[in-house]
Amino acid sequence: MSEPMVTLTIDGTEITVPKGTLLIRAAEQLGTIIPRFCDHPLLDPVGACRQCVVEVEGQVKPFMACTTEATDGMVVRTQVSSEVARGGQEGALEFLLINHPLDCPMCDKGGECPLQDQALTHGRNESRFVDEKRRYDKPVAVSEQVLLDRERCVLCARCTRFSEQISGDPFIELFERGALEQVAIYEDEPYSSYFSGNVIQICPVGALTSTSYRFKARPFDVVTGSSVCEMCSAGCTTTVQARRGEVQRQMARTNPAVNEMWNCDKGRFGYAHLTADTRLRSPQVRDGDGLVDTDWAAAMMAAVSAITEAREAGDGTVAVLSGSRLADEDAYALSKYARVALGTDDVDFRTRFADPDERDFLAALPGMPAATYDDVEAAGTILVVGLDPEEEVPILHLRLRKAWRRNTARIVPVGPRAGSLAPYAWRHLGTAAGREGDALAAVTRGEGVASVASAAYDSGYAHPHLADVVKALRDDPHPVILVGERATDTLDLVSLLAGATGARIGWVPRRAGARAAADAGLSAGLLPGGRRLDDPQDREDLEQAWGSLPAARGRDLQQVLTDAAAGKIKVLHLVGVDLLTDCEDPALAEQALAKATVICQDLARTPTTEHADIVLPVTARQERAGNATNWEGRTQPFNRIVDGPGAVRDDWEVLVQLSALLGTDLGFHDLDGLNAERERIGVRREPHPFVEPGEQIELPPVEDAGDGLALVSWPLLLDRGVMTRGATDLLATARDAVVALSPADAAARGLADGDEAEVTGAGGTLRLPVRIEELLVDGCVWLPANSTTPNAATLVAGGPARVEVTAAAVAEVGA
Amino acid sequence: MGATGEVRVLTARYDVPDVHTLAVYEQHDGYLGLRKALETAPADIIEIVKDSGLRGRGGAGFPTGLKWSFVAQNTGKPVYVVCNADEGEPGTFKDRELMEKDPHSLVEGMVVSGLALNSVHGFIYLRGEFAHAGRRLRAAIREAYDAGYLGDDILGSGRTFHLSLHRGAGAYICGEETALLDSLEGRRGQPRLRPPFPATHGLYGCPTTVNNVETIATAPFLVRHGADWFRQWGTDKSPGFKLMCISGEIHRPGNYEFALGTPIREMIDHCGGMLDGRELKFFCPGGSSTPLLPASKADIGYDFESVAEAGSLLGTGALMLYSDRTSVVETVLRFTQFYEHESCGKCTPCREGGYWLSQILERMVAGKGRPEDLDLLTDICGNIFGRSFCALGDGMTSPIVAGLEYFREEFEQLVSGRGLPDGVVPQDTWRASQPVGAGA
Repeated sequence: MSEPMVTLTIDGTEITVPKGTLLIRAAEQLGTIIPRFCDHPLLDPVGACRQCVVEVEGQVKPFMACTTEATDGMVVRTQVSSEVARGGQEGALEFLLINHPLDCPMCDKGGECPLQDQALTHGRNESRFVDEKRRYDKPVAVSEQVLLDRERCVLCARCTRFSEQISGDPFIELFERGALEQVAIYEDEPYSSYFSGNVIQICPVGALTSTSYRFKARPFDVVTGSSVCEMCSAGCTTTVQARRGEVQRQMARTNPAVNEMWNCDKGRFGYAHLTADTRLRSPQVRDGDGLVDTDWAAAMMAAVSAITEAREAGDGTVAVLSGSRLADEDAYALSKYARVALGTDDVDFRTRFADPDERDFLAALPGMPAATYDDVEAAGTILVVGLDPEEEVPILHLRLRKAWRRNTARIVPVGPRAGSLAPYAWRHLGTAAGREGDALAAVTRGEGVASVASAAYDSGYAHPHLADVVKALRDDPHPVILVGERATDTLDLVSLLAGATGARIGWVPRRAGARAAADAGLSAGLLPGGRRLDDPQDREDLEQAWGSLPAARGRDLQQVLTDAAAGKIKVLHLVGVDLLTDCEDPALAEQALAKATVICQDLARTPTTEHADIVLPVTARQERAGNATNWEGRTQPFNRIVDGPGAVRDDWEVLVQLSALLGTDLGFHDLDGLNAERERIGVRREPHPFVEPGEQIELPPVEDAGDGLALVSWPLLLDRGVMTRGATDLLATARDAVVALSPADAAARGLADGDEAEVTGAGGTLRLPVRIEELLVDGCVWLPANSTTPNAATLVAGGPARVEVTAAAVAEVGA
Repeated sequence: MGATGEVRVLTARYDVPDVHTLAVYEQHDGYLGLRKALETAPADIIEIVKDSGLRGRGGAGFPTGLKWSFVAQNTGKPVYVVCNADEGEPGTFKDRELMEKDPHSLVEGMVVSGLALNSVHGFIYLRGEFAHAGRRLRAAIREAYDAGYLGDDILGSGRTFHLSLHRGAGAYICGEETALLDSLEGRRGQPRLRPPFPATHGLYGCPTTVNNVETIATAPFLVRHGADWFRQWGTDKSPGFKLMCISGEIHRPGNYEFALGTPIREMIDHCGGMLDGRELKFFCPGGSSTPLLPASKADIGYDFESVAEAGSLLGTGALMLYSDRTSVVETVLRFTQFYEHESCGKCTPCREGGYWLSQILERMVAGKGRPEDLDLLTDICGNIFGRSFCALGDGMTSPIVAGLEYFREEFEQLVSGRGLPDGVVPQDTWRASQPVGAGA
């Protein structure tokens, strides 16, 4: 079905555009940029600034190009050919300038300001305004990160529309009226948004500025480069600007397929870690109790000695753990380094203890009907399983919200807690902690999938909305199922469900490099390109390229740590992973680190590097080139914008050199060579199937619940992570840690919203305010994973994830 | 051409003691229009209103029957009838008196409108300051519910109509129908982008009509007496009668009811003429946003066409009369300050233009005007008119443009340092010039 088109004339040139196209967009197609302030392609038209005046033949009054749809036969004249348009535009500009402070010399926007540019191109040289200008205090803080100068504001309502329409944090609003109309926040409700930086970027004047960039640089004295954000798996493209070798700001780079024109505050303002005092700048080796700086030669020789010594003591003595931070090239190099240089398959990119069967899913990834952002936007029904997009992959949250707002998409969170999807949830299929599979099995049975039809797959899951969800999936021609890392064990069911409903699947891990790690085979039994170590054909293919591979499948994280703690594994090579903070069982990790010789290859000092024997400092994303693959499986290049500090080297480079010292040539010496090899190897010609239709699948056995409440936990976007070190203003916008309870569980404990509660697990006690959430199932309690001391994992000390919540004793006042 | 002169239809009950109570209202033909409407097919009611030629009484004068026929039916969404009782145009006070004295006539009109449009819920959006009218309406609505004129089964007919009263917060912009709808929905009162129009996407996105109090109060009479009855008054294109708010320097200012087409001079005489010793100098025919006209144009008939031909608008029927003792510039300043204060701030020309115009006029009246300010005023008005988001901006320019057109010499005298014309008594400017926006 072809789109209905209309043909109109703009400045004498005929143009055919889809019906509904705004005149301002149609003119753009002819290369005519009608001046505008309020208009923004991703925001609903508002017609506030009245800058885009055009003349339409046959009409008495002039029209606004940003709110007028093109119609057939319309004859439009812009500033190019119409005195009315030109005069109208000049008049509007004159109005905008009468109250403008004209403080360009000290305004951050100077040099990239639409108001400044337009005043230059078609403003009067002298002002006719001789009266008194509006005065406001300036600037006022909208948040810790965003400052507002109301004198510069042209009241275009881009920021307030962004908040209402895009991010859904409507606490920045227009207040007052007439000449006193102004952007403000509610006195008692702070502007809390993970996307606040976007309002700075879309502000067409210098009214909204960031505390981080304020007075730092001019657009004409910065070095600008393009990058891909490494804060999560979203894959937002960014523009990074540096001055004198230091990053000054990061902005969203337009990318319709991924982040459109937005990014989150973590991706925008999170660059202080590059220069924070925790940054590793020099190789280090252990000297007694402490680490001392050394040169690369000494550090590398120390690493080689440790590895060689261990390998001489026997096989299975060296393991490699990475933390899903690595770029595509690093992941590949690490995978090859482990298998070829170290001869081990003991590798794992995860910080959680995964089911061994997950390997089969990771191997099948290339053959999955993969969902994209556009699929999410177009979907009518979206299941979100074990994933809280706003906290984990914020730009995905914006796409979900767009689907919800534009198409009234039916968003169905599946799991114990709907989290930040709660306001957008059409139905919530609540499950017990870690039992997302029960709900999915029930939905899959509902769709008539034979292999789960037998009673053996009926966990007894019942929910009043189950039938609604089954019907919605069946009726929707293009549903999407998004599965987070926590629910990776449900992917067999998801695969069957997708087969039955035509759904596309998105596996959405939280960290930026998880997909790259899976693609590179950074998991025991897995090889690059969706190959399996136990598949003879795969082995043969890869051995031709790589040489001899380990004979048997290696150990995963839990086994590696257990064996290291037992002294069986002598050397742990950690690449970009802070086990003590992120590992599912920090206590076990600590035992392993205490026992083994630890090589830490990382960006920054972390609790884990304190246990290192050898520290190898590496470059960050902005300091090097490479490629990054996001959750969709989309690969995008990034470039070097600044030099890394001190002696840092790229991760892949360290691995090449270490391999050489160990006597193995990895076969590439630069990124081009590395990528050429990756391309040659590619993905398996015929992807491994994951679940065959009709294949019998198993639901995990129900474990004995135990006492207390089940702990459900995932990280907040802004927490104690390594990548936000030093970003003081950004961290000041972090959400407060709370303990979330269902209404019934809270009532049973006599707790009300905002009360202080004590959360007690085997590893300690936390005191936190209570938040009561409707979309949290009874019997579960939620905590942020890494916002408290002890953090959530330490709280349960690696034991069963059970905690008790009680009202906190009231401290005696004045005692 | 029908009859002209004074009429007593809408005002007929004004002097009846206690007619605001249901019992007295019923004794004076109350709710007969509603009873008739229950026996009339909805489409026929709209047809009667169309045939009557009734034009909207809130200012724009759009044919009411036509407006009603645009309201989308059978869309699966409810239809809403909204009464615009946010009477705020300077010089206008007709709706307030009607609601205070004869509130049931508005309630009856709402039900009739609801029946005509197959609507089951109506809203009266009342200007916030009208506390007394609010009390009267609330009591009338309660009585009407109790008597079965409102509710799920009106007088046993099986027809339903509910009525809610909403008090605004006293913003002029909320008299603009889409700003009114936003305000009624609990948002900031600012005009909406059109299209879509309220007839298809109005209150809560549902088909909606927004009509003035006087328009709605007229509907029951049309249903009872028919279109021809209405057309016995007024002109062919401006039939019927109109509430007139006559104010200014005359002996008996107040609300009157005249047939449309009645000459303005006749109305002035009817109100006892200009105050002693004063001559009519200029007048605003329909509220402060309608271009003022010089005394020489006071002989025209008061109907939509004649007033337009004379270069102004009939507006709300607020006829404001000024004598030779009054300065045009000062009058224009006061109007401009009003619009500056009431601009909602959404669009640039109205927000910034009003701010600028006020300051120039304030400066002029303070004796600091410059000759070039006259052309500057004209230019600024030209940049507002037709470029602002809604009609408020256009209205803001009317007094200035018309003032300069008919009384330019008075402006010139002021900016050349020769003060106000002889015989003019200076007004105290009611708002001292002060910088805005001071403080946080």
